[in-house]
Amino acid sequence: MADEQQTVDEAKQKEEPYKPSAPTSKLNFDGPWKYDEAPQSTGAVEIKDQYELFIGGTFREPEKGRYMTSINPATEEPLASIAEATQQDVVEAVRAARKAFEKRWSVLEASERGKYIFRLARMIQERSREFAIIESMDGGKPIRESRDVDIPLAAAHFFYYAGWADKLEYAFPGRKAEPLGVAGQIIPWNFPLLMLAWKVAPALATGNTVVLKPAETTSLTALKFAELCRDAGLPEGVVNIVTGAGQTGSLIVNHEDVDKIAFTGSTKVGKVIMESLAGTDKKYTLELGGKGPNIIFEDAPLDQAVEGMINAIFFNQGHVCCAGSRLLVQEGIADRVVRKLRDRMETLIVGDPLDKNTDIGAINSEQQYNKINEYLELGVQEGAELYQSSCDLPEKGYYCRPTLFTNVGQANRIVREEIFGPVLTIQTFRTADEGIEKANNTPYGLAGGVWTDKGSKIFKVGSKIRNGVVWANTYNQFDPTSPFGGYKESGKGREGGLHGLYPYVKLNPQ
Amino acid sequence: MSDRIEVQKTYKTYIDGTFLRTESGRYYKVYDGNGDIRANACQCSRKDVRDAVTAARSAFEGWSNRTAFNRGQILYRVAEMLETRKAQFAEELETVGYKAKDARSEVEASIDRLIYYAGWSDKYQQVFGSINPVASSHFNFSLPEPTGVVTIWAPEEQPLLGLVSVVAPVMVGGNTCVVLSSEKYPLSAISFAEVLHSSDVPAGAVNILTGFRKELLKHMTSHMDVNAFFYTDPDIDREQRKQIDEYGALNLKHIIRKSVDNWEDKESKSPYFITDFQEIKTTWHPVGF
Repeated sequence: MADEQQTVDEAKQKEEPYKPSAPTSKLNFDGPWKYDEAPQSTGAVEIKDQYELFIGGTFREPEKGRYMTSINPATEEPLASIAEATQQDVVEAVRAARKAFEKRWSVLEASERGKYIFRLARMIQERSREFAIIESMDGGKPIRESRDVDIPLAAAHFFYYAGWADKLEYAFPGRKAEPLGVAGQIIPWNFPLLMLAWKVAPALATGNTVVLKPAETTSLTALKFAELCRDAGLPEGVVNIVTGAGQTGSLIVNHEDVDKIAFTGSTKVGKVIMESLAGTDKKYTLELGGKGPNIIFEDAPLDQAVEGMINAIFFNQGHVCCAGSRLLVQEGIADRVVRKLRDRMETLIVGDPLDKNTDIGAINSEQQYNKINEYLELGVQEGAELYQSSCDLPEKGYYCRPTLFTNVGQANRIVREEIFGPVLTIQTFRTADEGIEKANNTPYGLAGGVWTDKGSKIFKVGSKIRNGVVWANTYNQFDPTSPFGGYKESGKGREGGLHGLYPYVKLNPQ
Repeated sequence: MSDRIEVQKTYKTYIDGTFLRTESGRYYKVYDGNGDIRANACQCSRKDVRDAVTAARSAFEGWSNRTAFNRGQILYRVAEMLETRKAQFAEELETVGYKAKDARSEVEASIDRLIYYAGWSDKYQQVFGSINPVASSHFNFSLPEPTGVVTIWAPEEQPLLGLVSVVAPVMVGGNTCVVLSSEKYPLSAISFAEVLHSSDVPAGAVNILTGFRKELLKHMTSHMDVNAFFYTDPDIDREQRKQIDEYGALNLKHIIRKSVDNWEDKESKSPYFITDFQEIKTTWHPVGF
């Protein structure tokens, strides 16, 4: 490490950008071959100037006539005006959902309910490119991710749960499942359509109706989804989309006629929601923050592990609740891993989300951008060593270079708190027990990774880390059949898979 | 009848595998069916709760790592020990007002309940776990794992059967627990601790306190190293429920409330009592050469 630091200093003295120092392992992308721009055309996408609320099957203006502006974080230009739902709008939405639940959705044949959901899945696939482009414009994520991950997974989620609709009697041994009624759902800005799918698909499949609030900075794909619901002929009121900020969410949480709350977001807000629901009979599931440990042992396949680490922390600009934001590396290989990580970071392309070559897009909002920068300053103040790749950033838009911190301690705030950005902290350990102890030394427990070539070690470490998801020699994999959710302060309940049905049903004796 | 003076038992608490009086030195009187003083039970304090939680946390690693088979064996052993002391427990229930027939029935149902959950020890994982057919080259499976340390209010009525019915499912799932006994009828709970103590249950896996719910509510629900709180009395008022949820929100505890009127009902036992205290862990393994 000391040697490398020296090299960095020398490089700075020569006023040249940092060049990775290990000639044997270095990936040199600085040759004559450069990536040309590969922009995704936005010509086929229509974004209206103004979007309304989707209540009872129709788009309607918000009661108070207030609108918010959705910004493209890559350009800082306004994209559209989004309606802000207030008290009366939420009341109307819940009323529409209740009516739809009682009159239409709960009396519909389960197999027919399933067919509607299949239809939604297909329509997402048909319009997938449009959804991907809007997702990237609205949220800043690279088109490669929205095109290859977010949208296909969202469609897959609807496909998966559509099939459950008429098979629920096989899902809960010894019990008969009944829907809860109206589900209030509040989703975050990091995977807008995908989180909508995680919420809406199981709710509809189990016979509930929905009032969903997308995040204020990323409402567009939810509103496009509302168009799909209309086009699919879904009975009016089964899905209602009310846009707005935290206040709108709180109105949903506190509405008396909502039977269930599903929330994905920060642990802080999760606690506020649990408090708001105190003493009520509402069911709730919470999918909250994380500070995912990624444990690399000396016997790990190093290049694969480094690649996994890059994916773990830089996927979606690090705006991932299960991001592998804490690297725990066994002491003997620490220097090599850090060097390889730096080399690999140098090759990451940060920039226009709509460019197909982009690895890291724009930070979702100015607010989040400021928060990440505060943590970067904090890390330096705490005595950590900061390293950032030397890439150029676009002049406009909110961008952050991929960053890693070494020389950090367990007590540092950058190690303990969720940054939700492309920022990795690196700690070392000697024995497996020490690695496990450090991994578990956090109030969070969402996801974690284990890297080793030894099978028995994978299972041992995997069973010891207190996380809802364990990725062994891989990271950030998602699938509709695979339950996802956290231990401890990372949440309650699971989304995805058979276990993802539980949050939306009442189980009665047969 | 001889004029022999009966030797009365001092009822203590059960923390970390030892029988202690409360650190606070406080007590409250327990009366028998005739209104005579039967015992001075411990009025446990916040410190007792904290000591018990510390013991439960220390025991968690060991208990949760026991094999499913071994946990089943130990629960079965608890049942065996209770069976051999059937008469003692029935008599104890009679002293607090049970009719002989009802006392016997409750003790027998308690033994059977232990067997019921002992049998689940190596089955609920199979029934509630899954292998998930993901659309990528991974082997992916989900299994229930114990959530951690659970604080419990044992039911106020049916002081033995209720207690067994709430402790067994938590225990068989690999959790450790701190139980506050029935406030009115604490004696069976402490006698049950003696059964646990002679049944290979490791120290700290089950801790039993006696005292006042109202006083201990905050401490049992706000403790930051507790993962879940479990209560079942149907008559807990909304204000108290609200307090429980609010304290629970401090560290996002699982607040499990199952309203049960009669623990002899068929529906008062099920594997869902076990899964309420389980977390689903999903593991991904790449498949390839």
